[in-house]
Amino acid sequence: MSIFSLFRKQRSAPAARERLQVLLAHERASAGTDLVAVLREEILAVIARHVQVDSDRVTVKLDRDENVSILEIDVEIPLTAALAA
Amino acid sequence: MGKVIVVTSGKGGVGKTTSTAALGAALASKGERVVVVDFDVGLRNLDLVMGAERRVVYDLINVIQGEAKLSQALIRDKRLETLFLLPASQTRDKDNLTPEGVERVISELRRVFDWVICDSPAGIESGATLAMRHADVAVVVTNPEVSSVRDSDRIIGLLDSKTVKAENGERMEKHLLLTRYDPNRAERGDMLKVDDVLEILSIPLIGIIPESMDVLRASNIGAPVTLADASSAPAQAYFDAARRLCGEPVPITVPGEKRSFLGKIFGRKAA
Ligand SMILES: Nc1ncnc2c1ncn2[C@@H]1O[C@H](COP(=O)(O)OP(=O)(O)OP(=O)(O)O)[C@@H](O)[C@H]1O
Ligand SMILES: [Mg+2]
Repeated sequence: MSIFSLFRKQRSAPAARERLQVLLAHERASAGTDLVAVLREEILAVIARHVQVDSDRVTVKLDRDENVSILEIDVEIPLTAALAA
Repeated sequence: MGKVIVVTSGKGGVGKTTSTAALGAALASKGERVVVVDFDVGLRNLDLVMGAERRVVYDLINVIQGEAKLSQALIRDKRLETLFLLPASQTRDKDNLTPEGVERVISELRRVFDWVICDSPAGIESGATLAMRHADVAVVVTNPEVSSVRDSDRIIGLLDSKTVKAENGERMEKHLLLTRYDPNRAERGDMLKVDDVLEILSIPLIGIIPESMDVLRASNIGAPVTLADASSAPAQAYFDAARRLCGEPVPITVPGEKRSFLGKIFGRKAA
């Protein structure tokens, strides 16, 4: 191994540490309840009460950051369903 | 009354069974009366690691179901006369492991032995929660790697909520046993550092076991590593951890480093 190979790759342990700290802060805060799953179910139920939605046309994304979580729900409402409502 | 220890981790394959056998033998070699109990129903392995697989007649499930007496199921170690094994069942369904049955067996064992060491199955299902249920002390086995640390964090949460101690509002004594530590990878910066894991999990450290061929060799011949090769690096680390379990203030050295860890770690807040 040449000395230069030491510079080629960044050390990966600091990344592991950062990711764990963020993740565990969230998991500890929501221990016992899967808040995201609950929100997803309830939001979709509310939408389904008014328009017919196809569950394949729903995407749910979560982005967890150090201080906030962003729950992104994308519901595709077909034109026919929207008109029927 | 003996102490009940659960060796647990959440994640599979991190070294629970290896550690149960090694710590059990280390304590028994000091003359303590020790029983190691396999809770991994359906996937028992402690018998193999202890080298007692050909002597299993009755198991934990038989005792719980009233098909055998506890004294009939206990297997005395061939090398240490104060070391015993209570094997798990290999064939029965794990639903036979009832909360009442486990409570009865553990309280009987506690009366007879100084140490009752429960080898938990992986996961967070009933097998794992029953293994930790009656513990006084938990040894959380963790590898310096992201998924293992995450699962340990989860297990720590369960130790603080699902055990008899927790339900009685008492504090569960928890210790981190860092296993499969590789000094070369640590040196390269590709493995979580001891301080990183300690900071994230914030429970006190009981030992660091290096990654070593000696562990594999010991399991091949069916002996706890502390008996197979007592002078090997992993055996020494397990002996030290056992002394710390007994309350001796033995300084912890990080494999591959000169510095010792004592003041720092015992000064850390216990979760
Ligand atoms: N310090 C070590 N150095 C090298 N190999 C190790 C070390 N500790 C454990 N191993 C190996 O890792 C494997 C898994 O160990 P072990 O069976 O003790 O883990 P476990 O946590 O009990 O697994 P499971 O969750 O399946 O019960 C075994 O092959 C064992 O020999
Ligand atoms: Mg095991």
